[in-house]
Amino acid sequence: MSFLGINWFKYSSPQAFHPLAGRMIPWFSAAALALIGIGLYFGFFIAPTDFQQGDAYRIIFVHVPAAWMSMFLYVIMAAWAGLGLGLNARPSFMMAQAIAPTGAMFTFLALLTGAMWGKPTWGAWWVWDARLTSELILLFQYIGIILLRTSIDDLRRADRASAVFALVGVVNVPIIYFSVRWWNTLHQGASVSMTASPKMAATMVTAMLVMTLGFWMYSFAVTLARVRCVIAERERQPSWGKNSSIQEVAEAR
Amino acid sequence: MSQPSMSEALRGVVRRDLLLAMRRRSDVAMSVFFVVIVASLFPLGVGPEPAVLRMIASGVLWVTALLACLLSLGRLFTADYLDGVLEQTLLIPQPLAVLVIGKVFAHWVISGLPVVLLSPLLGLQFGLGGDSLGVLTLSLLLGTPTLSMIGAIGAALTLGLRGSGLLVALLVLPLFVPVLIFGAGAVTSNLAGIGSEANLSLLGACFLLSLAFAPWATAVALRIALE
Amino acid sequence: MQWGSPTEFWAMGGYGLYVWTSFGATALCMVWEVLAVWRRHASAAAGSRDMS
Repeated sequence: MSFLGINWFKYSSPQAFHPLAGRMIPWFSAAALALIGIGLYFGFFIAPTDFQQGDAYRIIFVHVPAAWMSMFLYVIMAAWAGLGLGLNARPSFMMAQAIAPTGAMFTFLALLTGAMWGKPTWGAWWVWDARLTSELILLFQYIGIILLRTSIDDLRRADRASAVFALVGVVNVPIIYFSVRWWNTLHQGASVSMTASPKMAATMVTAMLVMTLGFWMYSFAVTLARVRCVIAERERQPSWGKNSSIQEVAEAR
Repeated sequence: MSQPSMSEALRGVVRRDLLLAMRRRSDVAMSVFFVVIVASLFPLGVGPEPAVLRMIASGVLWVTALLACLLSLGRLFTADYLDGVLEQTLLIPQPLAVLVIGKVFAHWVISGLPVVLLSPLLGLQFGLGGDSLGVLTLSLLLGTPTLSMIGAIGAALTLGLRGSGLLVALLVLPLFVPVLIFGAGAVTSNLAGIGSEANLSLLGACFLLSLAFAPWATAVALRIALE
Repeated sequence: MQWGSPTEFWAMGGYGLYVWTSFGATALCMVWEVLAVWRRHASAAAGSRDMS
């Protein structure tokens, strides 16, 4: 099967994917640096000061991209997990494994910057609104996936167990979001909502979107780099059957 | 002799697990005493003022029931896993998800149902009265089996692992949150005069959803753990 | 957006602590992650070499 003249299935073997990933990383890294640079410039030197929130609002240029990335990455990780379970494909599990730490990092940053934004703007370091609470649960789920994997010695079981949990978690996050929104409407006291954001000028939106793209490129680069590590590490272990070492393949060329 | 039907297999699993539990009645007692003791800790920590206790009652009692369920999950599959019965269970021709429902039901009868039956007394301790007690009991009646079914997924995923107790908690508590919100919310909204129907219906929905999906996910997780 | 002086920029209208903690933490985490993956790759590659 070829698409654009490339035989894609060739890359489904870890040995072939390793160098391909290596070639892609510099491009994604450069794109990340460029986009983040442009985004920061827009955010600090073009976007105006907000009328209501002063300059504190500029935190959204990292908070929102981090939050979006934390959710995108979770869904993508779950997709790879599902693919792995469905196709019984090792590389899919490796991709899921590589994504998790980056996703967890962005979730942590989303929570931290959210608190930093909330304190000057709404007076509280933490509020139990639906978005922050879902983000917190998301962090627990990321950590659970990572810890589950590290607790299981058998590689195949580790792959598949963390995949199952990732998929169960994907269903859980929207349910949590809805249930916490519901819960907030019941307890009318805590009606501080971080969803009430200021009407944003076009420059603000642009900066936010550029930063999000930048974070996305960054995630690609880091995930590809990490999956190369995972591939190399798995070569050392007797895992799902006989593997030839990457070295042999490289030397045979 | 013809092959047993699904319902016969289900009844067989339930009967076996209940029989085994009867021989170790301490399991029932443990859940009950845990809930009583932990529920008593809160007033000791918070102070005896009735208004405060009534306010925290639904949350405290629900979290206590939730923790009791969490702690009992270790007993769901471990004994059968250790003596090889679980592997045999996987080979039975009936769908594994159905057998899981049987095990979880038996487990709930032993660990969850006593808590439900005890809850009116605990509610009285916290100053709940009249129909709030009824709502509390009903919410736990719907909620504890749901928690058991969801918890079974975690128990299956962590079968036989070192330190599985804490890991199960980390995996399963995020999944428990919606059930907790609706369950405790039912009592809170009843106390506030809003009426608990909405929360109870949502709780019922959680129950049905977990009945539809959790046993299947648990079966998948068991196969993964035992291959 | 014109900042009057570097001092104004760093002060961020009085919210400097919050803004720069956020951006600083983000930068720190990302740099740390890149270094961690780099280190992991170095030891993984070294391990593969030892095996051959």
